[in-house]
Amino acid sequence: MKRHLLSAADLTRSDAELILETAEELRSLADRPIKKLPALRGRTIVNLFFEDSTRTRISFEAAAKRLSADVINFSAKGSSVSKGESLKDTALTLEAMGADAVVIRHWASGAPHLLANSGWVRSSVVNAGDGTHEHPTQALLDAFTLKRHLGSLDGRRVVIVGDVLHSRVARSNSLLLQTLGAEVTLVAPPTLLPVGVDGWGVERSYDIDSVLPKADAVMMLRVQRERMNLKGGGFFPSAREYSRRYGMDARRMSVLQDHTVVMHPGPMIRGMEISADVADSDRSVIVEQVTNGVAVRMAVLYLLLSGNESELGRTTSAATDATSAEAAAGGDA
Amino acid sequence: MPADAAPEIGEAPEGPPTEGRTVLDARDISRALTRIAHEILERNKGAHDLLLLGIPTRGVPLARRIASKIASVEGLEIPVGSLDVTMYRDDLRMRPARTLLPTEIPGDGLEGKVVVLVDDVLFSGRTIRAALDAMNDVGRPQAVRLAVLVDRGHRELPIRADFVGKNLPTSLVESVRVKLAEYDGVDAVIISGESLEGAT
Repeated sequence: MKRHLLSAADLTRSDAELILETAEELRSLADRPIKKLPALRGRTIVNLFFEDSTRTRISFEAAAKRLSADVINFSAKGSSVSKGESLKDTALTLEAMGADAVVIRHWASGAPHLLANSGWVRSSVVNAGDGTHEHPTQALLDAFTLKRHLGSLDGRRVVIVGDVLHSRVARSNSLLLQTLGAEVTLVAPPTLLPVGVDGWGVERSYDIDSVLPKADAVMMLRVQRERMNLKGGGFFPSAREYSRRYGMDARRMSVLQDHTVVMHPGPMIRGMEISADVADSDRSVIVEQVTNGVAVRMAVLYLLLSGNESELGRTTSAATDATSAEAAAGGDA
Repeated sequence: MPADAAPEIGEAPEGPPTEGRTVLDARDISRALTRIAHEILERNKGAHDLLLLGIPTRGVPLARRIASKIASVEGLEIPVGSLDVTMYRDDLRMRPARTLLPTEIPGDGLEGKVVVLVDDVLFSGRTIRAALDAMNDVGRPQAVRLAVLVDRGHRELPIRADFVGKNLPTSLVESVRVKLAEYDGVDAVIISGESLEGAT
């Protein structure tokens, strides 16, 4: 029984498809006069953010509120964390307040895993980005956006370009998109590919121009200068050179297939990894990714929290259990 | 957890084919829906402002069938939609999270419409309560009516159907299953006393 969402690797294909199908139903909520559902009434969700974030925190907050949950926002700045409180003591405080779920973003890779498995809290833990490790809900919303544009992901070629080394988005997407049947190619300068990338099961290339003509989707990653500066820089000679060799511009966009979409998890740096004319073009689905983020996060929170146990990971047992398959089919009356 | 997951109306679980007794066959169902279509038109004094909302899964094809019968009588296409009530159920907390089903509100919403909710079996009435709540978040119809193929009694809430295909006195240990060609390949209403533990 999965109570947490820590890594895209935890999701089986049926789990991922359940989330995406649920998100599809929830997306229509945006067109309703009352954008609220009662599913999580009385549940408390804590947004525990140890690292700056705008869209992810707002997206989770909107998702929780649309499901009628109570939301407590906690950011490390201006909290007792800045006075030196440990993750454990913060967690114990949240537990004492009775949180049903903790959405955690942390600068340390593995912090959500620690929170979920330490026994400090009984609540569900949702990873909203940990260090350079994973960002599973971003991968889910990217997969959701791709599905809306491409239909099934089976056999589709997704190219992820840029700072893979520091990107939790790249890792989560590589794992999830392959689970859903897509082929993933990572394109980056050798200095920006992480150790162990061989184990991801993805293709690799150092030459963006050779892979673009066959791509069904191109995902540009932000160059994470703030993380590079901590390590003293030196990952590429100059921003201008990086942009010329790995940036998406109008010339490169012109070689894409007609149906190919350009994505970016945001925040993007125009003129660096993506040029303004690409970001504002018809192929760009960057704004749509943000819209879809709310629906996907609603789906995750709904499936983890609304019942007496999480729906994720149940799918295999349901196949052998005819009655729960029946319940899933609607239980009409 | 079979007992836990048995649907509220006590449908027989799928799997081993339960013998059961067929109380309505395809022609009975068709006749019942024809009568319901006429009753809706009579009550509404015509087809104006009508909107049929099926409750998934089997309420939706029933709503479509009633709409086509109304169309053949009045020569007027009636908008048909679906309304998922999953998130509004009062037993949401008591079971694992459930799969959401489609909600489709046709055309320009529910304002000023006479909405006829359509479901297969009316039992405890809790689904209909959930549907009324769900509708509240979508819009404000002029009036709401309820049409069901089978009313098997045992209401737990003060809810009554306006149009009933068949009143079917049952005991709580029996289960009623509606099969429709769209999902089950055959039209039938089957009653069986098998799944004793399935009844609420």
